[in-house]
Amino acid sequence: MSSITVYVPRDSAALAVGADEVAAALQAECKRRGIELRLVRNGSRGLFWLEPLVEVGTPQGRVAYGPVTPEDVPALLDAGLTTGAAHSLCHGVTEQIPYLAKQERLTFARMGVTDPLSIADYEAHEGFAGLRAALTLAPEAIVQQVLDSGLRGRGGAAFPTGIKWKTVAAAQAAQKYIVCNADEGDSGTFSDRMTMEGDPYMLIEGMTIAGLAVGATRGVVYIRSEYPDAIATMNEAIRRAVEARFLGADVLGSGRAFHLEVRKAAGAYVCGEETAMLESIEGKRGIVRAKPPLPALEGLFGQPTVINNVISFASVPLILARGPAYYRHYGMGRSRGTLPMQLAGNIKHGGLVEKAFGVTLRELLYDYGGGSASGRPIKAVQVGGPLGAYVPESQWDLPLDYEAYAAVGAVVGHGGIVVHDDTADLAKLARYAMEFCAIESCGKCTPCRIGSTRGVEVIDRIVAPPTNGKRGPQHDKVEQVALLRDLCDTMLNGSLCAMGGMTPYPVLSALNHYPQDFGIATPSRVAA
Amino acid sequence: MSSTPPGHAAARTADASQVAQAVLARHADEPGALLPILHELQDTLGHIPRELVPQIGQGLNLSRAEVHGVVTYYHHFRSEAPGRHVVQVCRAEACQAMGSDALMAHAERTLGCHTQGGHGSTSADGRFTLTPVYCLGLCASSPALVVDEKLHARMTPARFDQVVARLGDAA
Repeated sequence: MSSITVYVPRDSAALAVGADEVAAALQAECKRRGIELRLVRNGSRGLFWLEPLVEVGTPQGRVAYGPVTPEDVPALLDAGLTTGAAHSLCHGVTEQIPYLAKQERLTFARMGVTDPLSIADYEAHEGFAGLRAALTLAPEAIVQQVLDSGLRGRGGAAFPTGIKWKTVAAAQAAQKYIVCNADEGDSGTFSDRMTMEGDPYMLIEGMTIAGLAVGATRGVVYIRSEYPDAIATMNEAIRRAVEARFLGADVLGSGRAFHLEVRKAAGAYVCGEETAMLESIEGKRGIVRAKPPLPALEGLFGQPTVINNVISFASVPLILARGPAYYRHYGMGRSRGTLPMQLAGNIKHGGLVEKAFGVTLRELLYDYGGGSASGRPIKAVQVGGPLGAYVPESQWDLPLDYEAYAAVGAVVGHGGIVVHDDTADLAKLARYAMEFCAIESCGKCTPCRIGSTRGVEVIDRIVAPPTNGKRGPQHDKVEQVALLRDLCDTMLNGSLCAMGGMTPYPVLSALNHYPQDFGIATPSRVAA
Repeated sequence: MSSTPPGHAAARTADASQVAQAVLARHADEPGALLPILHELQDTLGHIPRELVPQIGQGLNLSRAEVHGVVTYYHHFRSEAPGRHVVQVCRAEACQAMGSDALMAHAERTLGCHTQGGHGSTSADGRFTLTPVYCLGLCASSPALVVDEKLHARMTPARFDQVVARLGDAA
């Protein structure tokens, strides 16, 4: 029998449900049957409910089977997996699975298709085309292309990437830095992790282009310690890229230098805030810095520094390869291009959905997500991580767009979408938001450090059952709700960074849209 | 280290000190070396013994307070030796939406550990350390946890018991 190519993902979400065991079972069973197997450990397609998703190369294209367990392997081979034959776990040609076919995968075009560490694979799929184009351009022309693309920071703040680069390019310094914020701490997000594990050269290429654009010769990727697989893959990809001269003292023989290293974080959520991250890279406690000075002028070790999220850098190679107009053509209003959105929590078909801005939450939840995993009605959806608002059903038809969300007191953030069914208690989730802030606050400013603890206490008093004349303090609910709103106002306006400044988003949205969970009949005041 | 019995503890401290010496030498010229040094020490020793804080400070020209401040600021760094197995259960929102509160309660009962306010604890027999973790990036396959650096997703209490049973060092 001739050899077959089988793909079993190495993404940690696949490993966490047994992908290594499935790969081992396939190897053993194929050997036993005398089938010559070429096993590729690809990234994940991002259809996580189907992981481990095994694909087999056929003349019709790659055919998908999943979720596969090691015990399924003999039966799959009996049924004719090697030729892409039918089986109850077979989903047909992978690219035709509606979840994938309906997406607009620009940044995630290679995700799950290639062997993440193969430079040859990367180049065969348009990899390094952006870098090669950038090397023919003057630095200011690279910045202009990024400006023209309309790309805004994908970490959550949505600041125009090109303007940031322009500021650093104009700054005078002997050493400038490119820092990638890969401290993806938001619950419900994994697009950075997937990029680093599944298409690491894309990030390397984007950061190198940034270095060329602003005149920085050193870069740092700050990766959270909760992502050991991403750290290992990035380190190996950097080693191979240096060997192939895509990184180092002389990038592709251009005479331009760009050196890249990984720094491992240590489990502090607030280090996702850019100045706290800089402190951490400098070897200190991750305490937020006051701005100004902007990191673009005085950043890492006091030098001009470009700080962008993984997805921002990863969006750049395509912009350089195909031109800014191609990228800009996607999206709506001032939100240009695509956003890799992440469907998570209580959702039937959780995974990565890259779409142009303008898609609605309802489409994502039902057309892609297929409703809740539990089969119960969806009650609340938190968009944009732990500091994002709970979005009620009345807002599910809004287009996902930075401005449209801001107008209702919500945020798009890093594109994380966490779904809760009707068993969720929004008062409990609001309390958790305050508790999380208390645990993770860096402690520098009072509204965040003290406000979060007081917030937990006030919510506890609001939801406490009435004492009915028994001993113990009796609190007036209306008074306590007013106190909570007042506290949120102080945190919103008085905190040094988004940690304390945005914790009120989930709290107030829970209070405004789900007052019954706090034991109050109607919103005491409609405000975001 | 004046407490008794001195024999073992003193020997361990001496070993740890030698490890620290080598790690410090390796990172001597690196800017912002403290975190990489602490990571390497914890990866090698399982934790960062308090006795090493002055030595690290001296090696980097930092005060003991500065080193102590960093070690205790980050959730990842431990000053106490952990149990033989470290279990981290995700407590973030996506996992909460899929029953991680019940999973954590089950883990606490099964392992004899308690977690509160972001802190973990070690079981009385020293077999398990259980800690909460805030997001493993497996949010589409919740609830998730880590046992001795191996990730597990779509966890249930029953599957949790299987994973623990397979550890195979029950007292």
